[in-house]
Amino acid sequence: MSEYRLNPNYASPDVAQEPTRAGFGRGLKQAGSDDERVVALCADLTDSTQMSHFAKAFPERFVEIGVAEQNLVTVASGMARMGKIPFTSSYAAFSPGRNWEQIRTTICLNEQPVKIVGSHAGVSVGPDGATHQMLEDIALMRVLPHMIVVNPGDALEAEKATRALAQDDKNPGYIRLAREKTPIFSTEHSPFEIGKAYVLHQGSDVTIVSTGTMTAQALIAGSILREQGINAEIVHAPTIKPFDVETFIASVSKTGRVVSVEEAQAAAGFGGLIAETLGDHLPAPLLRIGMNDRFGESGSPDELLAHFGFDSKSIAQKVREFIDRVPQYKKGY
Amino acid sequence: MSGQLTVTQLEQTANTIRKDIITMLEAAGSGHSAGPLGLADVVTALYFDIMNIRPEDPEWNERDFFFLSNGHTVPVQYAAMAERGYFDKAELKTLRKLGSRLQGHPERTKLPGLENTSGPLGSGLSQAAGVAYTLQYIESNPKRWVYCITGDGELDEGNIWEAAMFAGKYKLSQLIVFVDRNNIQIDGRTEDVMPLEDLAGKWRAFGWHVQEVDGHNIESLIDAADMAKAITNRPSIVIMHTIPGKGVDFMEYDYHWHGMPPNHEQAKKALHELRTLRGKIRHEGEGV
Repeated sequence: MSEYRLNPNYASPDVAQEPTRAGFGRGLKQAGSDDERVVALCADLTDSTQMSHFAKAFPERFVEIGVAEQNLVTVASGMARMGKIPFTSSYAAFSPGRNWEQIRTTICLNEQPVKIVGSHAGVSVGPDGATHQMLEDIALMRVLPHMIVVNPGDALEAEKATRALAQDDKNPGYIRLAREKTPIFSTEHSPFEIGKAYVLHQGSDVTIVSTGTMTAQALIAGSILREQGINAEIVHAPTIKPFDVETFIASVSKTGRVVSVEEAQAAAGFGGLIAETLGDHLPAPLLRIGMNDRFGESGSPDELLAHFGFDSKSIAQKVREFIDRVPQYKKGY
Repeated sequence: MSGQLTVTQLEQTANTIRKDIITMLEAAGSGHSAGPLGLADVVTALYFDIMNIRPEDPEWNERDFFFLSNGHTVPVQYAAMAERGYFDKAELKTLRKLGSRLQGHPERTKLPGLENTSGPLGSGLSQAAGVAYTLQYIESNPKRWVYCITGDGELDEGNIWEAAMFAGKYKLSQLIVFVDRNNIQIDGRTEDVMPLEDLAGKWRAFGWHVQEVDGHNIESLIDAADMAKAITNRPSIVIMHTIPGKGVDFMEYDYHWHGMPPNHEQAKKALHELRTLRGKIRHEGEGV
């Protein structure tokens, strides 16, 4: 395995930051330029979701749907029937939050390559509060047959992920985006491939497997833990479905302990996926860090991340307690 | 295809399709009777006159589109497709059976010739609108038409009115919708369950060209489609007044037949009625 190239500045307080939605905006515009079949539809949130870059560059391929998320994805399904590769954008709370059945029937069962873009996911949406802080989207999307689920770690990766999804004219896809700026931990040369997880930092005491922008926090948590003599392996999983079982299980075989980290409901979400994967392949002890059967609330993004235990310090502390409490898995346990 | 069959021949074809519906549903042992029988005339008009299609080449890139939005009525579509030559009529008896291409509700990926997967109501219209939008605004191709059938109970769905607003805004003139106004839905009469009237006024308010026709008069249906095609600045809707269970006396107007198939005795009786055109002719001749 070739070493993942991290941004050398990733742990610095002045690391470059950008919202993942900005990377999506650039990626979609590029995808539109690469392939005329790419079209874009939005439900009255064109600037917010950064679809505006595509809309300005290719107005003839952009469709304003208005505040109508059911229509958003079903019109897209019809356009896919015409050989297009449609991207639909809204806030994740509304799409796929409101229109899940239409996505299931007219996109997944109907096998149309519509890409659902859910922006403003997670508690880090901030002051808008719980109604807008989508936490259940990973669970909703990953149970759908044919659906590819991508949760990019930073803006650079979001750009690559968008372009990769646009190149797939067979499968439906979901891409989860965040509103707030988050650290850029990858580089332009870092690999991204749908279906791959990446070992960002080698370790032997525990595997911290994280998805989305939580990986930036997990990396810092890893540094904090190393200062305490705990050597955590950091695995970044930008693709939730199909999940890279091989990379993940290879890591767990080495460390014998797992902590999953996501800014979403841990039940049935990414934590659920990790629990299932361990159950199927290697029953190592698991701590799931995520929302635990509750909603978010208003506050500033940083306050909320700390309040709900998603910041690097909280993650490091939870991992520390977990390691103190639970021994490593060994064969014949 | 247009004009190749006379109106009388089309009426006979519709009658054949009704008989096939009864036979299919009896063999399936489950499914919906009233809706498919009520739609036999318009689906015949579409598949045998109105639409430009090639059964031997279902993905032909100049074809017209047909979206069945109320997927539970799909037996009428399967019967029409088989009659038109998309597949062998023997396959009709596999409806709803394990391994069949004829799923209880239509699945595009299972059977060539289907344009969409439907069953959950309210989303076929917006898919049809997506195709019509693409034809009109992206491909600038005015030669292809997008037809869509919806139920009337289906119009309770919010997704329908989202699509109605969308098609109105973009003046999707290549979109032609037929509403099966049979006044019944599962829980009873539409006006009791959730009133739809003033239905024509609602669509007009959304920017559509509205026609109302007798949904069992094939000539009127074809005329309505011609009129709709002549309207170039709005989407078109044809409100078809239909009789649920049309053609079988004991099913007509009875909402209990919405979601029920005939048993063997009922099927026999229904087929007798259809063969004799309710006693108008004495012999149960083939081809009638």
